[in-house]
Amino acid sequence: MSFDALSALLLIPAVAAAILALLPDYRVTAALNVLAALLTLLTATSLFVVQPVSGQYLLVDDLNKVFIVLTTFVGFTTSVFSASYIGHEIEIGRLTPAFVRFYHAMYQTLMFAMNLALVANNIGLMWVAVEVATLTTVLMVGIYRTHEALEAAWKYFILGSVGIALALFGTILVYMAARPVIGEGTDAMVWTILVARAAQFDPALLDVAFVFLLLGYGTKVGLAPLHAWLPDAHAEGPTPISAVLSGLLLNVALYALLRFKMIMAACAGAIAPGPLMVVMGLISVIFAALMLYRRRDIKRMFAYSSIEHMGIIVFAFGMGGALANFAGLLHMTMHSLTKSAIFFAVGHIAQVKGTQKIADIGGLTVTNPVLGWGLVLGVVAIVGLPPLGIFMSEFLIVSSTFARQPLLTAILVLGILIALGGLFMRLNVVVFGEPKGVTKPAEASYVPMFTHLALVLVAGIYLPPALVAGFSNVAKLLG
Amino acid sequence: MHGLEFDVAHTLAGSLVLASLMLIYQDRLYALLNVYALHAFVLALSVAWQAFIQHAPHLYVTATIALIFKAIIIPVALHRIIVRLGIHREIENVVGVGLTMIAGIGLVALSMVVMLRVTPGADPLAREDLAFALSVVLLGLLIMVTRRNAVSQVVGFMSLENGLVLAATGAKGMPLVVEISVAFSVLIAFIIIGIFLFRIRERFDSVDVGVLDQFRGERR
Repeated sequence: MSFDALSALLLIPAVAAAILALLPDYRVTAALNVLAALLTLLTATSLFVVQPVSGQYLLVDDLNKVFIVLTTFVGFTTSVFSASYIGHEIEIGRLTPAFVRFYHAMYQTLMFAMNLALVANNIGLMWVAVEVATLTTVLMVGIYRTHEALEAAWKYFILGSVGIALALFGTILVYMAARPVIGEGTDAMVWTILVARAAQFDPALLDVAFVFLLLGYGTKVGLAPLHAWLPDAHAEGPTPISAVLSGLLLNVALYALLRFKMIMAACAGAIAPGPLMVVMGLISVIFAALMLYRRRDIKRMFAYSSIEHMGIIVFAFGMGGALANFAGLLHMTMHSLTKSAIFFAVGHIAQVKGTQKIADIGGLTVTNPVLGWGLVLGVVAIVGLPPLGIFMSEFLIVSSTFARQPLLTAILVLGILIALGGLFMRLNVVVFGEPKGVTKPAEASYVPMFTHLALVLVAGIYLPPALVAGFSNVAKLLG
Repeated sequence: MHGLEFDVAHTLAGSLVLASLMLIYQDRLYALLNVYALHAFVLALSVAWQAFIQHAPHLYVTATIALIFKAIIIPVALHRIIVRLGIHREIENVVGVGLTMIAGIGLVALSMVVMLRVTPGADPLAREDLAFALSVVLLGLLIMVTRRNAVSQVVGFMSLENGLVLAATGAKGMPLVVEISVAFSVLIAFIIIGIFLFRIRERFDSVDVGVLDQFRGERR
């Protein structure tokens, strides 16, 4: 295989992970981590200029380009945030240099695994990549070695493994369905060949396969009732990992689901995957929105908000059609940017206050105005108020589906409104009111947070025509 | 096709389901590990037979991994961990044994109904194999949800993985990549679980997952 952007996308994080595992000094490794993430981002953007040739194992098409660029971009900004976050953790002795070395190596391994999952053309390879991504995040969630962190990592590991096992069973069933048509061997696992010939597959077998894939990858997406690992993993791990989990890993699992949905759509006799996804999406939205009211931990609260938004996205893709798919893609992008920005703010807030308990945090706009107002802006964006990007995408989802399914869309809107109430109630306590807890100034890196928020704001007001054209093209592909 | 080859493959896959059912009612950790070793041994035999009848020599590698790694190394290592942790007490079942057995039998029936109905076109050997594999997977899940002890949850998970290997080998001509990855994932899973078990022991003085629940971030 000749050297091109596609292999660079995988090689840069892999090599960086190996180097970072060897270097001892955390300042150097944090800088290198940022550098590697930047290089990966540049490589990813180059995909738009020169499109590499797809093979039996790796593939670049319009669909995964969107995901790759989003993943590498948030991966880069998070690495910048992570550098200042980790510096603080070392100062207060919550992490030792040895753990930080491990953390940086794992960070790049995670980037490698996510990139591999996104460019994999072989459904077996994609499964392996999602599994590796899961295992690296399990290790990072447990990195603080506290009771809570270990419990969260254990729970994540067990539920993640069950999900991944079900997904493998589904993958095997897809192979079984493809074998009589395509023949034995590697070809029957290549996604492009599968889609091209899916019309001749046995529909009944594909139906069962999709149920397993939906349950399996759906666990990783965090759909209710398979979400139980998600709040714990977000709350107890280091905050950069919460940002990457919410902003990226959930998307990667969703991407895997979308690939299989396209196979299903190509087979005429098979059940329509849409209704299943719509139902799971709606359950997640309503459930997560109600759960927002009883939260006492600020990171857990935003984890539930992630479940809610993944529900909205899955609902949009489940409804299908060019406009709903477009809205789903836009919402996914906006959610990744906004949610990681919120976690950047929350990470610094928790460091300043020394706690994640909502009851112990108060009056942030007085004590730490930049962080406080940053969080306000982030929450205003995430609940879907105009003029920010999420308002735009939620509006598109609702308007494109209301004519077809008024009742279901009404339930969705209800969920969004309930979530709005829950988040604002807590936000009010945290940023306004009496200042509580430690009131020292924060040593924070504000650039990543405000970059994300600025992008979300711009997207809410003006979408560049090139972006609209690109997204519409992908939306058509998704069917 | 319905000759001796089919009968032996059928018997072996069926025995794997039986071994899974046996795992359900073991209420002592030692016995549980011994039955798991038997489970892995039956899997190795089954995979080796598949390798023989499919003329697929690479499957012998999978069989060997199952035999050496899953049937010998893991049970022995877990035995030692149990001894070191000093937990020879009974496993606490959340649900009673009788009820769990009935649920298990129900799951086996369910997977037969589902898989046999959707695969009328496939060759009979692969059909039966998939149905049995799904039973083993579901029984593994059942073990994981009914046990509270971390070690027995791990055993449940590994029996589930065995079901996946059975399914993968039954699917004729499935590329080797996947089989290796399955074996490999078990290896990684085991290492991580090992680390976790020791850490859990360090911190909690118990491997009862129920104890972990008390440290939930949300309890006051």
